[in-house]
Amino acid sequence: MMPVRRFDALVVGAGGSGMRAALELARANLKVAVLSKVFPTRSHTVAAQGGIAAPLANSTEDNWHWHMYDTVKGSDYLGDQDAIEYMCRRAVEVVVELEHMGMPFDRLENGKIYQRPFGGHTQDYGSPKMAMRACAAADRTGHAMLHTLYQQNVRSNTQFFVEWMALDLVRDPQDGAVVGITALEMETGEIALFQAKAILLATGGGGRIYWATTNAFINTGDGLGMVARAGLPLEDMEFWQFHPTGVAGAGVLITEGVRGEGGYLLNKNGERFMERYAPNAKDLASRDVVSRAMTTEIKEGRGCGPDGDHVLLKLDHLGPEVIMQRLPGIREISIKFANADPIRDPVPVVPTVHYQMGGIPTNYLGQVVAPEGAGKEAIVPGLYAAGECACVSVHGANRLGTNSLLDLLVFGKASGEQMIKDIRAQPAPHRALPKDAGENSRQRLSRLDSAKGGERVVDVLNDLRRTMQAHCGVFRFPDDLASGVSKIKEIAERVQRTFIQDRSKVFNTARVEALELENLVETAMSTMISAEARKESRGAQARADFPERDDANWMKHTLWYKEGNRLDYKPVHLRPMSVQSFEPKVRTY
Amino acid sequence: MRLSIYRYNPEKDEKPYLQDYEVALEPSDRMLLDAMVKAKAQDDTLAFRRSCREGVCGSDAFNINGKNRLACVTKIAELPEHVTIRPLPGLPVIRDLIVDMTQFFKQYHSVMPYVVNPEPAPERERLQSPEEREHLNGLYECILCACCSTACPSFWWNPDKFVGPAGLLQAYRFIADSRDRATSARLDNLEDPYRLFRCHSIMNCVDVCPKNLNPTKAINHIKELLVRRAV
Repeated sequence: MMPVRRFDALVVGAGGSGMRAALELARANLKVAVLSKVFPTRSHTVAAQGGIAAPLANSTEDNWHWHMYDTVKGSDYLGDQDAIEYMCRRAVEVVVELEHMGMPFDRLENGKIYQRPFGGHTQDYGSPKMAMRACAAADRTGHAMLHTLYQQNVRSNTQFFVEWMALDLVRDPQDGAVVGITALEMETGEIALFQAKAILLATGGGGRIYWATTNAFINTGDGLGMVARAGLPLEDMEFWQFHPTGVAGAGVLITEGVRGEGGYLLNKNGERFMERYAPNAKDLASRDVVSRAMTTEIKEGRGCGPDGDHVLLKLDHLGPEVIMQRLPGIREISIKFANADPIRDPVPVVPTVHYQMGGIPTNYLGQVVAPEGAGKEAIVPGLYAAGECACVSVHGANRLGTNSLLDLLVFGKASGEQMIKDIRAQPAPHRALPKDAGENSRQRLSRLDSAKGGERVVDVLNDLRRTMQAHCGVFRFPDDLASGVSKIKEIAERVQRTFIQDRSKVFNTARVEALELENLVETAMSTMISAEARKESRGAQARADFPERDDANWMKHTLWYKEGNRLDYKPVHLRPMSVQSFEPKVRTY
Repeated sequence: MRLSIYRYNPEKDEKPYLQDYEVALEPSDRMLLDAMVKAKAQDDTLAFRRSCREGVCGSDAFNINGKNRLACVTKIAELPEHVTIRPLPGLPVIRDLIVDMTQFFKQYHSVMPYVVNPEPAPERERLQSPEEREHLNGLYECILCACCSTACPSFWWNPDKFVGPAGLLQAYRFIADSRDRATSARLDNLEDPYRLFRCHSIMNCVDVCPKNLNPTKAINHIKELLVRRAV
């Protein structure tokens, strides 16, 4: 029998949402454990740059209604309007709290938080006037926020299990409630059962399924794999955001804040081409719009460089002072990864996979929901999700820049609050673990440990990433999608035959990578199947054969199940909590 | 490119050794981490930490040809053909390049690394002038990679008693924050022959910091405050 550790609440993942939730739980004097594959400040929230959205109105007039409108429009009307209203209404509260915790925001002359413009954020319901809504700590907002949240958790004595990798959910066969998880301690190679009354998945995205990605090595969709293997669906996985400005060839992110500060994109003719694609917002149109425009420029022969394979991001006109003060990290990255000092030279950039809009279906309280009987959104008792791994859905088919950090704080906090309520409503003793708890994890590990030969993890992984890159990109073509589906199915077979040389227990990173591949393949499969099935273009899904949005047939969320690659759909929540619905309109910037 | 990498697996090795890897580079391999990932593709038993691969998460600090650096922002073009990679010095090795950082983080935790302000929080943000905020630059950017503390002889000798450059940089980050009200408690916490005063301004920390921060300067500010408080 595996050792069992028992807590009131468990948080899996120590990025922005996990640590915000942990703080809420720790302050409620509950027994909380936070598991993380990496030391908390190594989590990928650390790489967020440009800002966190909140209508503080420190520099331009602003309010949550306008923010809500922008977010609904940005989502291409696939976002759930109740959840979007909830997020925008709590934005000021959670950002002010973060400031009180010690977040080193940049400041205006009057001492208030500095805010910059960002793509798709406007005043007065989409007017040509941009809203300055992105609260920034230079171009290191994610770093500053993650460290601040970690520091507050140190203060609250949160118990961290560092370098523990969560493996599988444990469900009660009676009612499907989630009652625990299994996890691997990397330093010893031991697996243990963690039992809790409420379990939050805050495991981040799975952007490593693509060849060119801004995502860290650790972004392997672990929570998605756990949920898929446990028989629960994944929502809207076809929607992946390509960030317009990844450093060409390196994938490293250059914040949209560069364009917020006044930078712009040029093709090989030196033309500011966004003026043709988005006459009002230009370079500050939504990310899906800018990424498509860039891809079109490159495809039509107006790309830069000897191979015409990128465009240029010009910011030297901002002057050294603005660059050094507001964009110092970008300068560092450009010099290191592009050999270009932006004070003088433009930076070569290409659209690069950045963010997963889909994920584990939840409501705005962080509770995981799944179809059951006649209902499409029955609560899965005991299980919660927040942050990039979750699909609330506030980002719909396309996320606005700076809404991701906001999502982490609002839904991290909301999940924590809901978990406290649900834990207190439960009887004191924990539910019994099923007899076979942990058996699936044990089998996964014993297959790896006993394999006498097979496929190298790195080969399968590289094939998976190349397939996703080639078959499910900025523009999607029917033949590519169909052949992509069969290729990923073949790769999924190969994942079952992986082989590692390393058989030691202590810090066996080969084993960790093999287990991560099992999560990546679920992420990739759900993406490919969902994308192939959605016969329309909306937000980040742009199909050559169905170039228009089709609200009559496709204004609905995709639900993918691992078993048999079954698809189901559920309606978008068009009704907000307190205001009028924003009706779908043609989306122009 | 030839990498000589420190290997030690406690389950089978009596003592550590250097293992050579010949890595065929491609044009897309720019940073040392790219070459290390190639070495691991040859031999999956090679263990090291890595995550963001852009110098912000602080995972892949190693001793590279004798200097503590982040592999992900160390350009191959600026290295010789033969590179020796060892774990960060002075910390216990768990396996290969993976060190036990418990002591390092314990010291960080010991400096109260959070704003303390007992005054009731206002409804909106606390105000801070751009000049006050400017004092945090060069301090808050620390990524806790431990390059500095593990390059510091004083930390090597007394990792349990000397806070070390990383921890002291953060101690000063909160002293320097206009919103913090605990300067006196913070100084009390550091007024100790070991915790602060083991720093002898050797400045290895400044030399190795991948974020170009200056812990020695921060430490000197703390020392000055203590002196001023004493008179």
